Amino acid sequence: MIYISLLTVAMLGAGVAAYFLKDLIAAVVACAAVSLIASLLFYLLQAPDVAMAEAAIGAGLSTAVFVIAIRKTERYEK
Amino acid sequence: MKAVLGFAALSLIAAVLAISLSQVPFGVDRMEVARYYLENGASDTGAANLVTSVVLNYRALDTLGEVTVLFIASLGVGAFLALRRRGEGSLPPASLIVRRGSQFLFPLILIFGAYIFLHGHLTPGGGFQGGAVIASAFLLMFLGQYEYSLSHRPLSITESLAGLTFVIVGLIGIAAGGYFLSNFLPKGSLLSLFSAGVIPILYVAIGFKVGAELAGIVAAMLGPRGEE
Amino acid sequence: MNAGNPMMYVGAVGLVFIGLLIVIAKRNLIKIIIGLSIMDTGVNLLLIAIGYIQNRTAPIITATHADTAKMVDPVPQALVLTAIVIGLGVTALALALAIKVYEHYKTLDTRKIRGLKW
Repeated sequence: MIYISLLTVAMLGAGVAAYFLKDLIAAVVACAAVSLIASLLFYLLQAPDVAMAEAAIGAGLSTAVFVIAIRKTERYEK
Repeated sequence: MKAVLGFAALSLIAAVLAISLSQVPFGVDRMEVARYYLENGASDTGAANLVTSVVLNYRALDTLGEVTVLFIASLGVGAFLALRRRGEGSLPPASLIVRRGSQFLFPLILIFGAYIFLHGHLTPGGGFQGGAVIASAFLLMFLGQYEYSLSHRPLSITESLAGLTFVIVGLIGIAAGGYFLSNFLPKGSLLSLFSAGVIPILYVAIGFKVGAELAGIVAAMLGPRGEE
Repeated sequence: MNAGNPMMYVGAVGLVFIGLLIVIAKRNLIKIIIGLSIMDTGVNLLLIAIGYIQNRTAPIITATHADTAKMVDPVPQALVLTAIVIGLGVTALALALAIKVYEHYKTLDTRKIRGLKW
């Protein structure tokens, strides 16, 4: 299906963006985008439990913990 | 330089992975043990969600190990961040919409999380997802209310009691069924709330434990304003 | 879903590749931890993709469909459920360590953090 290829390309693009971005908050947002698209792919693979867990934990709590840690340290990667 | 070398080495590894994955055809029926779990899961455990019957009945010892790992991680975070200098720049007070919205949404999100872990044996969900949703509710309160702080003792007491409940139910299983974590309560009828034996009790314990732990981790990382 | 064949595996292995590249080639400690988290997500996606069977549905019995012969493999889903939560625990612990390292060394550059200076 064409939409699965588009979603996978978007997920890999977000991953590559997390590599190249120098602003760490933007890199964390890219990581959250990877988690979001992965949660959608989990649902398409007929695994609703795992999709719920990935959405709540990966795109929610993990991002929050990263942002708190970046606030306590530096924001830009030199 | 390191990036180029890393890229070359990883391309080799990715090529090897791709060759070996091409021998694993996508979407082919390979189940052997899982076929037994699918066919006998509903009659052995009484749970309608078959993933729950695998997590909390057939492989319950692995879930105990996971609960232990999460406990140690939460312990580590609390231990590392316990001694910190004060005055690290707390967050500014939130705007009116965030304050009022978080006060309104907090009990609703708690009820939603409790619904998820109570119905873990009937619908997709369970203790881990419900616990994560409850921890998100606490995170919303931290972001919305300026002076909100979560005191450490009730959280750690909840977490320890919930973990203890899990182990005690398992030990009662030895007396009642013959092996650790056996399903000794009556199975009930499929698709009703009070069914599946001991599984709802275990999931409630896991829901409380994971919720308290993840909220404790967020509170410990926020620092002196987040916990007292 | 019948043509997901190369794309699911490509996506999962690609995420593992990108995460591992970030861990190897970057110097900032928090960037390395972001790479670790991306790698976790990639491995979980690979596990679920291996457990998928064509034209079957989720392993949950409801009132309307109870045919267990048409369900997907439930064992990888149980494994990945645990793995996602453990991944969060590891990330939180690593970030707590990074905060302590920053307090002590005042930098997050891994070339400057060398505890064994002699």
